[in-house]
Amino acid sequence: MPADLPDSCDVAIVGGGPAGLAAAVALRKQGIASVVVLEREPQAGGIPRHCGHFPFGMREFRRLLRGPDYAARLVARAVRSGADIRTSVTVTALNLGGRLSLSTPDGIAELKAKRVLLATGVREKSRAARLIGGEKPGGVLSTGALQGMIYLKGEKPFSRPVVLGTELVAFSSLLTCRHMGIRPVAMVEPAATVTARWPARLLPKLLRIPLMLGTELTAIHGKSRVTGVDLVGPDGKTRHVEADGVIVTGGFVPESSLLKASHLAVDPASGGPDIDQFGRCSDPAYFAAGNLLRAVETAGWSWAEGRRAGRTIAYDLKTGLLAPKPGLRVALHSSALKYALPQRIAYSANSPWSAKVLQFRVTRPVNGRLSLRLDGKTLWSKPFAALPERRITLPISMLPDGREGLAEFHIQEEAQ
Amino acid sequence: MSRDGLPSGVFDVAVIGAGVIGCAIARRFTLEGARVIVIEKALDILDGASKGNSAILHTGFDAPPGSLELACIKAGYAEYLQIHERLNLPLLRSGAMVLAWTEEQEAALPALMEQARTNGIADVQALTAREARELEPGIADTLRAAFRVPREYLVDPWSAPHAYLLQAIENGAVLQRNCEVTGGIYDGVAWRLDTSLGGIEARLVVNAAGLYGDIVDERLTGRRDFHIKPRKGQFVVYDKPAARLAAHILLPVPSKTTKGIVVCRTIYGNLLVGPTAEEQEARDIAELSPKVLASLRHRGEEILPGLAGEDVTAIYAGLRPATEYKDYKIRAREGQAYITAGGIRSTGLSSALGVARYVQALAVRLGIPARTMPDPAWPRLPAMTDEGKRDWQCAGNGGIVCHCELVTRREIEQAMTGPLAPQTLGGLKRRTRVTMGRCQGFYCSADLAEMTRDRLTVGMTGSADAG
Ligand SMILES: Cc1cc2nc3c(=O)[nH]c(=O)nc-3n(C[C@H](O)[C@H](O)[C@H](O)COP(=O)(O)OP(=O)(O)OC[C@H]3O[C@@H](n4cnc5c(N)ncnc54)[C@H](O)[C@@H]3O)c2cc1C
Ligand SMILES: Cc1cc2nc3c(=O)[nH]c(=O)nc-3n(C[C@H](O)[C@H](O)[C@H](O)COP(=O)(O)OP(=O)(O)OC[C@H]3O[C@@H](n4cnc5c(N)ncnc54)[C@H](O)[C@@H]3O)c2cc1C
Repeated sequence: MPADLPDSCDVAIVGGGPAGLAAAVALRKQGIASVVVLEREPQAGGIPRHCGHFPFGMREFRRLLRGPDYAARLVARAVRSGADIRTSVTVTALNLGGRLSLSTPDGIAELKAKRVLLATGVREKSRAARLIGGEKPGGVLSTGALQGMIYLKGEKPFSRPVVLGTELVAFSSLLTCRHMGIRPVAMVEPAATVTARWPARLLPKLLRIPLMLGTELTAIHGKSRVTGVDLVGPDGKTRHVEADGVIVTGGFVPESSLLKASHLAVDPASGGPDIDQFGRCSDPAYFAAGNLLRAVETAGWSWAEGRRAGRTIAYDLKTGLLAPKPGLRVALHSSALKYALPQRIAYSANSPWSAKVLQFRVTRPVNGRLSLRLDGKTLWSKPFAALPERRITLPISMLPDGREGLAEFHIQEEAQ
Repeated sequence: MSRDGLPSGVFDVAVIGAGVIGCAIARRFTLEGARVIVIEKALDILDGASKGNSAILHTGFDAPPGSLELACIKAGYAEYLQIHERLNLPLLRSGAMVLAWTEEQEAALPALMEQARTNGIADVQALTAREARELEPGIADTLRAAFRVPREYLVDPWSAPHAYLLQAIENGAVLQRNCEVTGGIYDGVAWRLDTSLGGIEARLVVNAAGLYGDIVDERLTGRRDFHIKPRKGQFVVYDKPAARLAAHILLPVPSKTTKGIVVCRTIYGNLLVGPTAEEQEARDIAELSPKVLASLRHRGEEILPGLAGEDVTAIYAGLRPATEYKDYKIRAREGQAYITAGGIRSTGLSSALGVARYVQALAVRLGIPARTMPDPAWPRLPAMTDEGKRDWQCAGNGGIVCHCELVTRREIEQAMTGPLAPQTLGGLKRRTRVTMGRCQGFYCSADLAEMTRDRLTVGMTGSADAG
């Protein structure tokens, strides 16, 4: 049993990324005595620790920072606030009422917390989960793995990779490659357009990397290391491109394995926990914030969610949040809608600490009308246009107060 | 050591190939007092057919009655049950069910059960669809009938052969990797094998070259008794939450050519669907096809509707060393002190220990004496499944490096040392399971690259052309 680990605390935070660290600071500022951050890596800071590029920190520090500097500042602030940060501690199980099972270098332990905040973040969808064919050589990496190798360890995994995907993170991978003198041979996107917003899409041109839209990566070749890939373009023809690596970017999914193995309810649509307006899970001892809620937001947004969660939990401990009750359950009635959260809305948008907006995502470009139905009656309908992987918000005040049942969102798409 | 770096002197037995069959044979001969060398052409052991299989420990209920395959499976199964605890090898007593979805398949069940009884598997049990679905509520309601084979189990396809070879090595056997046997001659007393690293001498040669069995026969004896026709099997592995959907190994009614698509848990708590059976020429490439993988997902969902929406953790393919014959091709060549253990197509993991006994008995008839070791060493493999206490639960583990499979720094360090230390990342994965979980290296690749830097022949960084 690890000697100096406490066996109980007011609030335990699982995950020391931007969301978890922001929550820790907020809780301490609200005067909560014992706040323990449990981080499985040897250093806290989360994913920004290995994003050696801009832009981070505008919202939090009012300046433009690189990921590692940003992470270091978040950690320093949390330490100064008096939060107890424990690294190399993995939470292995979430038990009823806030009891956590832990693994540490000194063996296993238990921690009983009055409240737990889950902030375990996201990971990218692997080559396997995408069912990409071919052989299984070394040199096929996610952006996260690439960045860890380059920025944390100074390793150069390959020199001429193909980049798959055009979400924002794919452009991070281009910057990361540039940092190590790696020259991608192509950037490949199955969709007809670039997923990320406008300035990012100028980057391949600037770096003179061919951007191939409407193109599938169907097979990876090579025995011990990648020697090339097969690409199928809009003309349906397969062409072989020589490369010594593949960067499989984006397709984020919440790091929810702990959650899925626990007693807490999971939303299959978001892949994260099922929460109410306070960020509270199906067991009211547990809250969640940051990218675990959904894939994927910026560090700044996750940080703000963490800060809010910290304040909410402090209020819950000191004054008491409204008790959980059945209210409206958000239901999505269109394949174009990917997820919406919070999933449960039971309180007025004016109750203290209630979330003010619903967060949405769509699965494909949508142009049409969004409507809300309750008990078979349409309450409202409004014009709606959206692109995938973009933040969409809707004021919670647009949902009726004090009702129970299914709040069904529908989309009528305009014929193209 | 000789000048070329190879161990010198005349060995009693040279085993060609370190697949599961070669590993088991090396163990058996060592335990029977022989001085053994195992020669493997790849950088690491288990690089051929034994790299990817379904990991079922078969009873032999569906093997052809009277076949050598059946005899070896039964002997191998019995010995595995006897020794697995001593070697700390896991065993998941899952049981299997053979499922019939059509009228025709239903009609085939009684004969299959009769065959099982003929094969000495007396405890098979007929089940109505309702009974089957009471035992396995996840199965689709289109099921017509089934029968249960209670003693079909699941094992770890990698730690078992590692343990066999490790026990051989700890009792005096020698392993030579990265060493291809290219030819050889027998002078009436001993073999002199030509290898890519130089000459090796042995009184008896055992060909356990799996997918290259016919080629090695040709190189050493000038003829082949069979031709290898590689048969590929692709798999989809689901993330651990899917394992709740089936406790038994779910088998289809077999066709003439294949055991068919299986759904079962893995010893590590995942769920797999596969394998396909696709004939091909190449012996060294097992390509994955997105279409076939998607069809496996689809088939899995037909059997277990709850699989829809479950996440995929891994995809892989293996090659069976099939031949033009149905049965194993194990035979000794009189006057040549040479035994071939070939064509061990789709049941080698189960039968390996039995094959090894059979081969050793043939060797005695060739005049190779057996002097059973009185008190051999019994190495214990590190516990990698949740069946035993894992290292992350113990003090001094150095912290967890692979978060998905909870692999510790100490486990990786231990795997990186010793007589069976890996030479490739694939080898390290098979010994520790690093990067084999749901994130496939998103979180731990950086740490692994650092930990393995300059310690693997094929490392995690560098291009193909740079080696
Ligand atoms: C390659 C890449 C580039 C990016 N670039 C940018 C950018 O330029 N600008 C930007 O704003 N955003 C960027 N992002 C997004 C940003 O990193 C995330 O929005 C942010 O990190 C989310 O914070 P979080 O706290 O929710 O999760 P994370 O930062 O992922 O933190 C989660 C933490 O939880 C820990 N953890 C998980 N499970 C356990 C457990 N069981 N026990 C203990 N600890 C656990 C993890 O180790 C991790 O430290 C990028 C992301 C990636 C992957
Ligand atoms: C898809 C699939 C599913 C299966 N499922 C199961 C199952 O559930 N249960 C079960 O019991 N069995 C199963 N099997 C069968 C089992 O995996 C095989 O029977 C077994 O792996 C065969 O092992 P082997 O040692 O004969 O061959 P291999 O593993 O191919 O070993 C031969 C070795 O010899 C080496 N070699 C070749 N030529 C030379 C040379 N000239 N010099 C030096 N070395 C050489 C090779 O590199 C190789 O390492 C399955 C197989 C497949 C492919």
